[in-house]
Amino acid sequence: MNFKKHLYEGLFTKNPVTVQLLGMCSTLAISTSLFNGLGMGLAVTIITICSNVLISALRNVIPNQIRIAAYITIIAGFVTVVDLLLQAYLPALSSSLGIFIPLIVVNCMVLGRAEAFASKHDVLSSALDGLCQGIGYTAALVVVCIIRELLGYGTFGGGLLGPGGAGIRIIPQPYPAMQIALPVGGFLILGFVLAGNQWLMKRLNLKTRKKGAKK
Amino acid sequence: MQAILGILLAAILSQNFILVKFCGICPFMGVSRKMDAALGMGMAVTFVMALASAACYWVNALLLVPMQLQYMQTVAFVLVIASIVQVVEMFLKKSVPALYQALGVFLPLITTNCAVLGVVLENVQKEYSFLFSVLNGAAGGLGFTLAIVVFASLRERVNESDCPECFRGYPLTLIAAGLLALAFMGFSGLRV
Repeated sequence: MNFKKHLYEGLFTKNPVTVQLLGMCSTLAISTSLFNGLGMGLAVTIITICSNVLISALRNVIPNQIRIAAYITIIAGFVTVVDLLLQAYLPALSSSLGIFIPLIVVNCMVLGRAEAFASKHDVLSSALDGLCQGIGYTAALVVVCIIRELLGYGTFGGGLLGPGGAGIRIIPQPYPAMQIALPVGGFLILGFVLAGNQWLMKRLNLKTRKKGAKK
Repeated sequence: MQAILGILLAAILSQNFILVKFCGICPFMGVSRKMDAALGMGMAVTFVMALASAACYWVNALLLVPMQLQYMQTVAFVLVIASIVQVVEMFLKKSVPALYQALGVFLPLITTNCAVLGVVLENVQKEYSFLFSVLNGAAGGLGFTLAIVVFASLRERVNESDCPECFRGYPLTLIAAGLLALAFMGFSGLRV
């Protein structure tokens, strides 16, 4: 029951990207292929779960005055572990995400969950919260990735599917607009995704209200 | 001389931290509502970036490299940045209370500004000398200030505009930022 509620919050009502606007830097920068999006989402999810668990376990030990420094050190430790693991086992992903893996340390989403949730709740629900927020982050990232890859390169699943991992071509060659894959497109597409999300939330709200009125 | 000019030009315009490298989007969205707050934030970030570049250069050269602890770079740099921000905060509180009041909660948040950690990591990856590291940090900060000030003045008008309801707030702000990024893309042809 609780899991359902957390998942709904992570995916829709409290989605870290589309509602809370956390972790925007990585969302905008690396969302150019499905492979990048899934890899980044997975890395951030694992780090959020681990740091949430450890911080929640230590929440009565860490003095209040230096808690931010302590949280950042813990997060930086996990980020270093993930960074080294990726370099060893998935060098392709590591080189394509580049500097944005170490920059997960300063991803506001991870620190935000530590401060807003893990420091006040027990270990199990903190892990659950980390998982659901991570899923929400990954989902938003993947949506932006798919749109940007389709419009910018004309392919789907780059780095994962298709011949040589180049992705399945959907829009023929001269038509994709390269600009969408550049920084400009990142801002524009995320703007439209946020607008779409706001529109959807409003529609859903109206529907539930109408149902309530009939009863 | 030419190398110095190249670093300045890249850090301020063609490789702008916010609009081209996507570092520091959070304060870019959070503090850009008012012009003067944006300017104060830009100055503080510039100062921290230059200072962090200098400090992290020595931490890396004197501590991490001789002891072969390069894999601890991220942890070490974040701690250095956090302590610098703390010092700057205490200094401003004592000596320039007016600016301290104006920046408020955004001052401690500089710790989690990607641009600061980003510039430090970039300095190490590109193996810049001490002088170039500091220069890159300061110029990157100036680029950050330029982008956030221009965007703040843009945003004061965007918020007044009449638009479809679902675009109100952040979506429209992001699209405006996209158009600003389009303008900065014009600088990418600049080469020294």
